[in-house]
Amino acid sequence: MSIRTEPVTMNVGPIHPSTHGVFRMRVTFDGEEIIDVEPVIGYLHRGSEKLAEERTYTQVVTLTDRMDYVASMTNNQSYILSVEKLAGITPSPRGVWLRMIASELQRIASHAVANGFLINDLGAWHTPLLYMLREREKILEMFEMLCGARITNSYLRPGGVFMDAPDQFWPALNRFLDEMPHRIDDIENLLSTNEIVLIRTQNVGVLKKDECLNASITGPVLRASGVDWDLRHKNPYDYYDQISFSRPLGEIGDNHDRFLVRIFEMRESLKILRQCIENIQPGPVRPKEVPFLVRPPKGDSYVPIESPKGELGFYLVSDGGVSPFRCHVRAPSFINLTLLREMVLGDKIADLFVTFGSLDVNMGEVDR
Amino acid sequence: MAMNNPSENVINGIPLYQSTEELDIEEGLQINSMKATHKSPIPVKDLSETDDIKKSAFVTSVDFLLNWARKSSIFPAQFGLACCAFEMIASAASRFDLARFGAERFSATPRQADLMIVAGTVTWKMAPAIRTMYDQMSDPKWIISMGVCATSGGPYFESYAVVPGVNHIVPVDIYVPGCPPRPDALLYGVMQLHEKIKKYSIMGSAAGQND
Amino acid sequence: MTKVFSGEMIRELIDDLEPESVVSTNNDSVHIKSESALKIFNELKNKENCQFDLLSSLTAVDYIDRFEMVYHLTSTVHNHSLVIKLICGEGRKEPKVSSVVSIWKGADLQEREVWDLMGITFENHPNLKRLLLWEEFPGHPLRKDYLR
Repeated sequence: MSIRTEPVTMNVGPIHPSTHGVFRMRVTFDGEEIIDVEPVIGYLHRGSEKLAEERTYTQVVTLTDRMDYVASMTNNQSYILSVEKLAGITPSPRGVWLRMIASELQRIASHAVANGFLINDLGAWHTPLLYMLREREKILEMFEMLCGARITNSYLRPGGVFMDAPDQFWPALNRFLDEMPHRIDDIENLLSTNEIVLIRTQNVGVLKKDECLNASITGPVLRASGVDWDLRHKNPYDYYDQISFSRPLGEIGDNHDRFLVRIFEMRESLKILRQCIENIQPGPVRPKEVPFLVRPPKGDSYVPIESPKGELGFYLVSDGGVSPFRCHVRAPSFINLTLLREMVLGDKIADLFVTFGSLDVNMGEVDR
Repeated sequence: MAMNNPSENVINGIPLYQSTEELDIEEGLQINSMKATHKSPIPVKDLSETDDIKKSAFVTSVDFLLNWARKSSIFPAQFGLACCAFEMIASAASRFDLARFGAERFSATPRQADLMIVAGTVTWKMAPAIRTMYDQMSDPKWIISMGVCATSGGPYFESYAVVPGVNHIVPVDIYVPGCPPRPDALLYGVMQLHEKIKKYSIMGSAAGQND
Repeated sequence: MTKVFSGEMIRELIDDLEPESVVSTNNDSVHIKSESALKIFNELKNKENCQFDLLSSLTAVDYIDRFEMVYHLTSTVHNHSLVIKLICGEGRKEPKVSSVVSIWKGADLQEREVWDLMGITFENHPNLKRLLLWEEFPGHPLRKDYLR
């Protein structure tokens, strides 16, 4: 006996229980299988690129923090590197080591949140999320010691950072480096071999290797599909060429690979932090010759960095004044959404949010 | 975001992005009309005016009991838009526990919620959704506007796409400033809301009714 | 370390592929004619010594007398990168460029955003709708003559 079915188009609205931000999708599905998906974005479009043309170069740093609000330090780092290349400023060494420490701590915090919310979507109501948020609180306490703010910290300035780390920062960092490997081991042992996680994430949301580069996908999503491209290694900025670390690569490119890649990258960040602590020397955190109002000569610059979400770069055009003439953000979360339809076709509707969560998309960056 | 060849699975061979064009235009016209009409903040009744109604002892003890019951179990609706959402999540996590103030269950649906914490920047594209969500909540209901973006537009005040304050769209009871406010500041805001709820009376204005 | 092509090197590379299409050379980029853009990009992606398989970024700038498109290309095989610019149309009226979606799929969302915020039309784009703003929004905000 055959059942007559009819496909239904439904709206998965901008507000929904899985806390990934304001993202809307129109989905057509037949029973439980997805036939077509159309994402609708723009619910958080605040016009940062237009506002940046009316502020000075240092004031734009506060606008850049609020784009990818989970990982503010790496946003600042990408913007400041573009300004330094445009204006020809050489940063001071202690400032560079401090900003590398801040970036790697931020990478651990961002991956912890991404994995926590991914497991939350699978149905493990809040317990792994609370474990990951506890680790994130330790990192946010350290950021508060550095610059006074927990989340949107405008810590970087052209030439380095704006304040040196206080004395109580270094013991706190060492304590964190001693405890964190055990916490990552806890999460990995509990979840990577768990039967429910394996059944629901393996071979779901597959992204094939040969489609990735054509669609400009970068970051952990690209490395989970098997392509070895990490900007800290291939095009090193700051002092990443003096540091050794490895890059985890996936094989299939499904949700399980993306989850594991982020866990392994947290461990690599701990390695980088230990090397940074060995190499840092006392000195000024910002060269004295850098003026407060930076006035770069005419030209343009684009320096991409490896943020926790992918390749992040600011394209700045200057006409010699105190404000940028044009400031364009190459946002990794925005471009990683290109292949969402191809990843999701044929899977069940319950897997839609798990796949979307494994892409680790941040709406502040998608909409800017 | 369908590309070169639509697969044979789509309805009648038409991919979804082509059949939704009229829907997009209709929604756009609704947003334009909302932007043209909501130009000033919605006023909220001031509870500090003293009522001259002589309240009997019976009424005051009933008031006390009702207000105590209402303020001890306010269930918020999940409504995080931008960066402030992460501080709201942190205030509900284990370090700054919001559940000890009565906000035990963050409900996903607005129909079973009492409190809406608008956390993050409100854009004109999102405004109809916020108004719909406010209308779906049943009385008594309260709104906390968290962060400077929801209070007055914040760092994006003069942008072409940002509502200068969510009080242009829904009436707000408590404003919590900060960019983003620390979880402690949000907890203080919730405590101030408890103080406000204590002032309602069954003989005066009903709780949470502002229109 | 990624080798960044200087303006002269890009000019030599493009002259091999398609002679007479470079309009001007700057320090680190070249301007090409918009009619031969699609052919040059195709060659840059597929030829053995170039193989630019990753389109890093696609954006547009509004200089007051003209609109310019800027493309940043990277090759993961040879680890080199270059910058190409082209001028859209004449002056400020009705700027039009041909779309590169058929070469790099990653240009899809970025071109929709440029249409939405700057008003540059892309020919042969499969789905040129507004992305970040709503459908009936009056005007294109990132232009220099947009009044609030």
